[in-house]
Amino acid sequence: MEEESDTRKINNSFLRDHNYATEADIISTVEFNSSGELLATGDKGGRVVVFQREQESKSQPQRRGEYNVYSTFQSHEPEFDYLKSLEIEEKINKIKWLPQQNAAYFLLSTNDKTVKLWKISERDKRPEGYNLKDEDGRIRNPLTITSLRVPVLQPMDLMVEATARRVFSNAHTYHINSISVNSDLQTFISTDDLRVNLWNLEITDRSFNIVDIKPANMEELTEVITSAEFHPQQCHTFAYSSSKGSIRLCDMRQAALCDKHCKYFEEPEDPSTRSFFSEIISSISDVKFSHNGRYLMTRDYLTVKVWDLQMENKPLETYQVHDYLRGKLCSLYENDCIFDKFECVWNGSDSVIMTGSYNNFFRMFDRNTKRDVTLEASRENSKPRAILKPRKVCVGGKRRKDEISVDSLDFSKKILHTTWHPHENIIAVAATNNLYIFQDKVN
Amino acid sequence: MEVSTEAKRIMVVALGKLYSSRAQRGGLRLHRSLLLTLVMKSARDMYHAAQAPTESVASGCEQQQQCSSEITTGPSGAQLDLQVHNSPRTLPQEEVQGSPTELHRDAPARNDAENKENQCPGGPLQLSRKRRGKAAVEPDFLPCKKAKLEQGPCPPQLIVNSVLMDYVNCSSELGAPPTPMPLQRVIAAC
Repeated sequence: MEEESDTRKINNSFLRDHNYATEADIISTVEFNSSGELLATGDKGGRVVVFQREQESKSQPQRRGEYNVYSTFQSHEPEFDYLKSLEIEEKINKIKWLPQQNAAYFLLSTNDKTVKLWKISERDKRPEGYNLKDEDGRIRNPLTITSLRVPVLQPMDLMVEATARRVFSNAHTYHINSISVNSDLQTFISTDDLRVNLWNLEITDRSFNIVDIKPANMEELTEVITSAEFHPQQCHTFAYSSSKGSIRLCDMRQAALCDKHCKYFEEPEDPSTRSFFSEIISSISDVKFSHNGRYLMTRDYLTVKVWDLQMENKPLETYQVHDYLRGKLCSLYENDCIFDKFECVWNGSDSVIMTGSYNNFFRMFDRNTKRDVTLEASRENSKPRAILKPRKVCVGGKRRKDEISVDSLDFSKKILHTTWHPHENIIAVAATNNLYIFQDKVN
Repeated sequence: MEVSTEAKRIMVVALGKLYSSRAQRGGLRLHRSLLLTLVMKSARDMYHAAQAPTESVASGCEQQQQCSSEITTGPSGAQLDLQVHNSPRTLPQEEVQGSPTELHRDAPARNDAENKENQCPGGPLQLSRKRRGKAAVEPDFLPCKKAKLEQGPCPPQLIVNSVLMDYVNCSSELGAPPTPMPLQRVIAAC
């Protein structure tokens, strides 16, 4: 049972009433930080908006902490590569938080080519009483200075500032699809279609290539890397997924270049389901380690699979996200929806997994009870503080009252990006240019 | 014949998408191009499998494309021939790449990596192979590139992977991307 609070304020009421959405406002990534206190979103316009959870107030214990805007900054700008005559989009592909080590917050944000480390810090005091300049900053006439004083820190309105501390650029020929911070908190990887590069957070002019699957002759290319992630506890282990539906686990201690995997996860294709589009729908769009580090979850177009790291030949569990689309692959191919890259996410205890679908639906699967639910993120269908009603898509001929038929699904409303609070049952769901935050009902 | 019609349609749509993706902001996406290439191959294989018992392909289809690829079949003798020509701008990249797109026809006019045949091909060979449909009249501001499904005695060939080479080559491309051709026209031409 969940209640809703919509907190994204970028669209003003005019846009909301007329249902316009500027493309720059389309959310392209969402991520909670490791404590769950902050939630970051990136959009197509290169901006990052960080939300902070309000402290729970004693006067209103029923009102759980809501998320309000904490900081907004322009992370990436559009660039032009003159040599290749290519425009580099400013869209934020991924945001990853660094665990908090002092009063400031750090996050990595990336577009297609450049990763940046941002420091978000608060300033609530400022020095006053300088000797040589007045409060406006103008230099004082030295002749008027008759005494010496020590500047004092005075309180001021809270200001949150974001500064770019590192820029990691010029290491990727192809488009970056993912970044992942190592558990050692000193290194991170950035991944494009053909290569994985390892960086030290302190060093921006050098990175190490640890996976390179580019063939000598590009005509022989058969698969690309779609996502990579470090193991949550083992700092020497990472996994990367491919467009062919396989996952490779690599150990960085084996060799400097991790082209040889130490584990290879792939499920043989079922020949009875073969179609023109088999290759497209088996391409993995997201890979995530479980919090306990024992499982891997992958998302392809129609399913979510949970893999046991000890078992390579088939997944432990397979969940159908929207199997009713299997018969519609041709139309989805023509309208480009078949290329959509859905993400998937674990809850804090690794017992529930969640992923998005079309029509602003998102699905949750409980791994223990084997129950699943379809929910909808939309303003029309849910009021703030209301409990979300489970939705159902009807496949057969007879449609019940509350069901939606497959043909009435709105494929322009897709939920590609979702994130789950690390400890609590709070989820953030991005529906085009709107952010929905759902919390468990308090009782 | 439904499989072959669907296969053909899928190939046409794939080529259209590959073509229009070159004008996309942010440059060619390798993953997407690869998937489209795989779909085309899949469709091509299914098409040939459906066509194998028959001797000739009756349909003709024309398209304007940016990518260079020619469809090939093995010696099994299927008659499908889909040609797509490169624009002249890709010339320098091909040289840089060093491995020419293969050429398969016996026709001497088709030579080399580069198809300089963006000029309207004339000559007897063209006349015998070309099928002009209603949509065949091109505006003259567009380069003259055609992809056609034809019947012909020569073993047709496909190198779909050259589309990917094109992606790599695009990186050294100089000059503005071409005006995209409306996709409706591409589909209508079939």
